[in-house]
Amino acid sequence: MAVVEAQGTGGGAMAALRRAEPVVIPVLALLAGLAVFALFLLTQGKSPIAFFGYVWQGAFGSAFSWMNTLSRAAPLLLAALCVALPARLGLVVIGGEGAIVLGGLAAGAVALPLAGVPAAVGLPLMALAAMLVGAVWIGMAGALRHYRGVNETISSLLLAYIAIALMNHLVEGPLRDPESLNKPSTAPLAEGLRVGMLPGMDVHWGLVFGIIACVVAWVLVERTSWGFAARIAGGNVRAAEVQGLPVGRLILGFTALGGACAGLAGFFEVAAVHGSANASLAAGYGYTGILIAFLARHNGLAILPVAVLLAGFDASSGLIQRRMDLPDATMQVLQGIVFMAILMSDAAYGRLPFFKAKG
Amino acid sequence: MRPPVTAIGADPLPPGALEVETVGMTMRFGSFTALEDVSIRVAPGTFHALLGENGAGKSTLVKCIMGFYHATAGQLMVGRREAEIADPRDARALGMGMVYQHFTLVPSLTVAENLVISRADAPVVIDWAKERAGLEAFMAAMPFRVPLDQPVARLAAGEKQKLEILKQLYLGSRFLILDEPTSVLTPDEADEVLGHVRGLCEAGEISVLMITHKFREVTAFADEVSVLRRGRLVGQGHVADLSHAQMAAMMIGAEKEQRPVARSGLRGAPMLELRGVKAADRSGLKEIAVESLTVHAGEIVGIAGISGNGQMELMEVLTGQRAARGGEIRVQGVPYGATRAEAQSHAVRYLPEEPLRNACAPRMSVIENIAFRSFDRNGAGRRFWLSANEMRAAARDLIGAFKVKVADPDGPIAALSGGNVQRAVLARELTGEVKLLVISNPCFGLDFAAVSEIRARIVAARNAGAAVLLMSEDLDEVLELSDRVLVMSEGRITYEVPAAEAKIAEIGHYMGGHAA
Ligand SMILES: Nc1ncnc2c1ncn2[C@@H]1O[C@H](COP(=O)(O)OP(=O)(O)OP(=O)(O)O)[C@@H](O)[C@H]1O
Ligand SMILES: [Mg+2]
Repeated sequence: MAVVEAQGTGGGAMAALRRAEPVVIPVLALLAGLAVFALFLLTQGKSPIAFFGYVWQGAFGSAFSWMNTLSRAAPLLLAALCVALPARLGLVVIGGEGAIVLGGLAAGAVALPLAGVPAAVGLPLMALAAMLVGAVWIGMAGALRHYRGVNETISSLLLAYIAIALMNHLVEGPLRDPESLNKPSTAPLAEGLRVGMLPGMDVHWGLVFGIIACVVAWVLVERTSWGFAARIAGGNVRAAEVQGLPVGRLILGFTALGGACAGLAGFFEVAAVHGSANASLAAGYGYTGILIAFLARHNGLAILPVAVLLAGFDASSGLIQRRMDLPDATMQVLQGIVFMAILMSDAAYGRLPFFKAKG
Repeated sequence: MRPPVTAIGADPLPPGALEVETVGMTMRFGSFTALEDVSIRVAPGTFHALLGENGAGKSTLVKCIMGFYHATAGQLMVGRREAEIADPRDARALGMGMVYQHFTLVPSLTVAENLVISRADAPVVIDWAKERAGLEAFMAAMPFRVPLDQPVARLAAGEKQKLEILKQLYLGSRFLILDEPTSVLTPDEADEVLGHVRGLCEAGEISVLMITHKFREVTAFADEVSVLRRGRLVGQGHVADLSHAQMAAMMIGAEKEQRPVARSGLRGAPMLELRGVKAADRSGLKEIAVESLTVHAGEIVGIAGISGNGQMELMEVLTGQRAARGGEIRVQGVPYGATRAEAQSHAVRYLPEEPLRNACAPRMSVIENIAFRSFDRNGAGRRFWLSANEMRAAARDLIGAFKVKVADPDGPIAALSGGNVQRAVLARELTGEVKLLVISNPCFGLDFAAVSEIRARIVAARNAGAAVLLMSEDLDEVLELSDRVLVMSEGRITYEVPAAEAKIAEIGHYMGGHAA
């Protein structure tokens, strides 16, 4: 049986500490994860100092690396929301990758007949299609959970595999552009249907929409009655039911909303980065999004800095591969270790020595 | 395994009942002092009662003894030796055990499985044939029993509490702390269980420290009593020397007790009507079936019954948590589906039992929990944007009006004492216009002053024209509050009588399931 340390409450100082806890614990967990990773590097005969030096250089060291980092942050922001929004209802959805892939595919497919249409009409239609498909995909995991009691974590993960298989099938079959020889893709988007770069930057518009989505999600959860209802249901579903809150609708709504965010990420990947839908859509953003959401404790505003940090790790991986002769998978090892640290840190709430209510 | 902890003296503790003493125990949560300089001695083989208002610090004291909290100052003596208790394992190794206000059993496992896994030395691979024989021998030697093969989820609350006590005996506890162990028992069950516990004390097997709000139990079973008020020890003595009035005076000090409210007003139109409502019970094997039940405005209908006879399921059907298989529920004459909109337009309120489990989000703040009913309302209309200021102001008013003891309203509601959680939920549900009130065990875990206050509020709601459906395992409460008494047994309403004509023996007969 665990010792339940008294959670400090009472008095302004204690209240301040309590507010600090959700920041301090993930930061400590992140640092602990990095420390373990440093040990891992030592076993590989590599210098952790050099490693983190390159991370800094590759992620934030120059204007160019900043652009690279921010470009990668855009889809990560949206992918993290796909985890964070359902999480406020107590659901652990880890299949955002599937919604990204299908969202991107939908955008690419809808673009085909829209070739001559002005961007002001075409792009919103593509984005809408992507969000709709994403919403249905993750909403399905929510519906299975609500109507059939199927665990949403498993179902969303399986749905992600199905989504990737579906995408591969379609871009290699019915939707394949015969011109795409090495890498089966849908037909390239018409020039007018490409999303451009932010003025004066080498970062596409997805970043702005990602930031807006995070802020909106935060406002929705923290400041509106829908978000409050979701938090009640996430805190104790029995209490929510006694209050007559529409738990089923909340589950469907929040999973669909998360899926729409991921679908939007897929849209930007196609319309701003790849120019057509193909296997590159399954780049793992959905999985990194899980880590970001957990590090940010499913708080929309906290996702912003965390996503930039993780995007930075991603952005620097090329440099690290080249300079340190480390395999591509190194970054995944790092992510895995940090994720474990974050999950384990959950047990630390109310127990850290300086949060303890001792006299 | 770790050796038992004994700081001073290498000799093992003497066998049989333990002596336990706290010396100057003090516990602070931040700037809030929950316990101040409390010294209590429980002599070996005695039954010691601990009384105090909600939030007086009773649970905090016993959690310090058991190592769940680390006291800010003070000492614990076990068997006249200083004991350092770092965590509950140390307490257990010394032979101290605790039975809580809420259950700690694993619902999906059977009684036998629960007992075996509770042992610190439970083997990795369990030899069930051998354990079975051991358990049967143990059960046979016990003064009361619970069927070993039942899954705990199927046990009624009373049986679960018996199992909790049996579990402690099975673990070899020689000092037992009981935190409101009888809240969930009928008076007969409570007498039976406490009688056995007392027997064990007299046999010199255990010493007992029991937290309770029931003077009757103190007088009937305890040898000595200590009283806490606002974290301080304010009285102590032999039970034989003290009257209930003296104990009550020690508990509440100078505060005045709420007088019962007189009944007034006339019975009005039917407010809640159930016709042929059926639903699966929690095991899914049996059925509850309510042929006909009507509650009128200005009337309290009490449902008496032993826990586990369908009261919980009936509550869940009324709150919309459990699907009814056929039948009809009407409120104010129109079919009722328990949505939030319907509950709000008919002014229907629910007070489920065990509010922390059924009516609160434990990790959300006290303020937020108090706002559950009103966060989306703006006067008569609906609101989309939350108003943090209004929430805070409303919570402050209600905390004051219902005298909820809260150290930090922004802290999680789970940090409140059991009785104060109950008060916070009552505050939320009893304000504003109430036309229909459905209540289950409203006074579970409340001190006597709070009990009379809450009962007065329920009667006041009735006098103001509310229809009240009260389900309670406390027969005295049903008889005191109700205008009409029903008995629920095996999922059915088996008896109905106007309260004025109710006879306890008759009702008890039907509660026991001996329908004529
Ligand atoms: N972990 C905690 N953090 C902050 N305050 C706490 C904590 N635990 C208890 N308290 C406060 O200490 C006081 C005493 O609580 P305690 O649970 O000991 O009361 P109690 O006497 O058991 O009351 P009840 O009869 O209602 O169960 C309460 O005001 C409570 O809010
Ligand atoms: Mg208590």
